[in-house]
Amino acid sequence: MPAYQYEPFAYIRPPELDGGRSQAPIAIVGAGPVGLTLAIDLALRGIKCVVLDDNNVVSVGSRAICWAKRTLEIFDRLGVGERMLDAGVTWTVGRLFHGAEEVYSFDLLPEHGHKYPAFINLQQYLVEQYLVERCHDFPDLIDLRFLNKVVGHAETSTGVAVDVETPDGPYRLQAVYLVACDGANSPTRRRMGLDFVGQSFEEQFLIADIEMTQSPFGNSGVAERWFWFDPPFHAGKSALLHQQPNGIYRIDLQLSGNVDARLEATPEQVLPRIRAIVGDKPFRLDWVSVYRFRCAKLDRFVHGRVIFCGDSAHVVSPFGARGGNGGVQDADNLGWKLAALIQGIAGPGLLESYNAERGHGSAENILNSARATNFMTPKSPIEALFRSETLRLAHSQPFAQKLINSGRLSLPCSLEGHSLQTPGEAPLRPGSVVLDLPLADGSWLVEHVQGDFVLVGFGDIALPEVADLRRLGIDQAGPYPGFASTGDYAATRYGTGLAYLFRPDGHVAAVFAQPSADQVSAAMQRALGAVDCAVAA
Amino acid sequence: MRDNLGAGRDDFYSALMQAHEGLSEAQSHQLNVRLVLLMANEIGDLKRLRAVIELAGRCER
Ligand SMILES: Cc1cc2nc3c(=O)[nH]c(=O)nc-3n(C[C@H](O)[C@H](O)[C@H](O)COP(=O)(O)OP(=O)(O)OC[C@H]3O[C@@H](n4cnc5c(N)ncnc54)[C@H](O)[C@@H]3O)c2cc1C
Repeated sequence: MPAYQYEPFAYIRPPELDGGRSQAPIAIVGAGPVGLTLAIDLALRGIKCVVLDDNNVVSVGSRAICWAKRTLEIFDRLGVGERMLDAGVTWTVGRLFHGAEEVYSFDLLPEHGHKYPAFINLQQYLVEQYLVERCHDFPDLIDLRFLNKVVGHAETSTGVAVDVETPDGPYRLQAVYLVACDGANSPTRRRMGLDFVGQSFEEQFLIADIEMTQSPFGNSGVAERWFWFDPPFHAGKSALLHQQPNGIYRIDLQLSGNVDARLEATPEQVLPRIRAIVGDKPFRLDWVSVYRFRCAKLDRFVHGRVIFCGDSAHVVSPFGARGGNGGVQDADNLGWKLAALIQGIAGPGLLESYNAERGHGSAENILNSARATNFMTPKSPIEALFRSETLRLAHSQPFAQKLINSGRLSLPCSLEGHSLQTPGEAPLRPGSVVLDLPLADGSWLVEHVQGDFVLVGFGDIALPEVADLRRLGIDQAGPYPGFASTGDYAATRYGTGLAYLFRPDGHVAAVFAQPSADQVSAAMQRALGAVDCAVAA
Repeated sequence: MRDNLGAGRDDFYSALMQAHEGLSEAQSHQLNVRLVLLMANEIGDLKRLRAVIELAGRCER
């Protein structure tokens, strides 16, 4: 019996089939992690959306399992972060092996003073289940339509007409914007004939989830991450073992490019390999699949009223876990901008800034994922030689340990230099994402700065009053809400006597030493796209 | 030995791999020798050069 019981979501006959009409300005294609994140984000801003998905269950197979701190902070804002953290496995120790020998081990525990750890492991089907359940908290704002397959779309003078097929027949949906969150094989992208260019990797990877009651890591009960180059049980290739909740373990095995994927995925092939890793401890194979990875992206994410978000816009190899994490950050970047457009407060550069900022973020993710994949799959004898000598030096040399690349874990990109930010100098520079802090009342900074524009004063600084701008004081008293920080996190992360203007997605838009209402207001207008991207660039 | 590569380490490694792209094994060998000589000149200090020569040799097992 599989470890996860798939409960099909109900299909509800859409009103359009009976002459009704959706009032939602936003249509989202795809109820994967990215589409669902965007739907909840919009709902929290009071913006209605329709989410169309051709399927009626969550992700089949666990697929993404590593969720990064920044993603968890975004999920916190959406009201599901703590649930994910409680359900997930927090990593503690990483071990790297070359052949049968351990090269070194490292502490994966996060830096102190953050609500969320650097990473948790949680199966994609659980992440999607929690997001769907959160969507159900907004029945008036999120119209989730399962078994609704999008088969066509066309721009109209006022928006987009979307053609949908259902078990009860076809209908046409009207929306102002169409957001394609329809995954790596995006039918929307194909329909529009857009180029999706990048690098494909020859090697194939076997991905297996196994269920075990005894830990393959030994008896300590500690969650570890083991990575092998050239293991004795899988000569010349790489292997990865890590832990998910509920006694499930993930194994990634590199295969040669020319093997028959279907044959490799048969139990006769898979079981002996797994036994070689976990020894004679009993296990059950829960899910197995063979992938060939690629890194590719669209040149532009915004095409008129059609916007691409998540895997439809960019795909990466999974080393470094940047696919789902990058996609959630796309949605985080897009939600408040779409809301501002619908509310009529966005400047001309706002939507274009999504294209520029997430184009930059995904290029960074692709660069990191491609480098990790290249390191894991040397293309020539000389590349293999450099790698094996790096591994040899790594037994004693810290610099060589750090050169070993089995995936550089997903970190949010900086948006410094992009048009929405006002340039400036500060401990946390404009464009950076919020750095968390513990506060004296037991809450965390990330619980107070995300969601809307907010001006946060640290230490001795007076915050001016600006229309439609929330104010918050840290370690200061003012005629607005305030908190005391604990430890010296605030001083080291933000400095003192400075005011930070945060965007609704938690990125720093501007920093001031002596903020006047006019300056702050101008920076906020700029962050709302008052400066045209094309002109600023 | 201290880690001096810092945040640029992946850029360095990928530039190194790129420099070898398309070369025959003999050409790669020659490139590596030129690199060692150039890097030695960049380090300059004989004491440090002897230390890295000794360390690289010691790792031979
Ligand atoms: C083996 C593996 C391991 C991975 N590990 C990680 C990891 O550890 N961390 C990480 O962050 N990422 C990881 N990823 C990547 C991650 O799974 C994806 O990046 C993520 O699923 C992208 O989400 P999405 O919502 O953009 O697309 P998807 O999850 O693909 O969702 C797209 C949705 O659109 C629907 N759809 C498609 N066409 C239509 C249509 N015509 N009409 C209506 N609906 C449609 C689909 O049914 C689907 O529900 C991994 C991927 C794989 C394969």
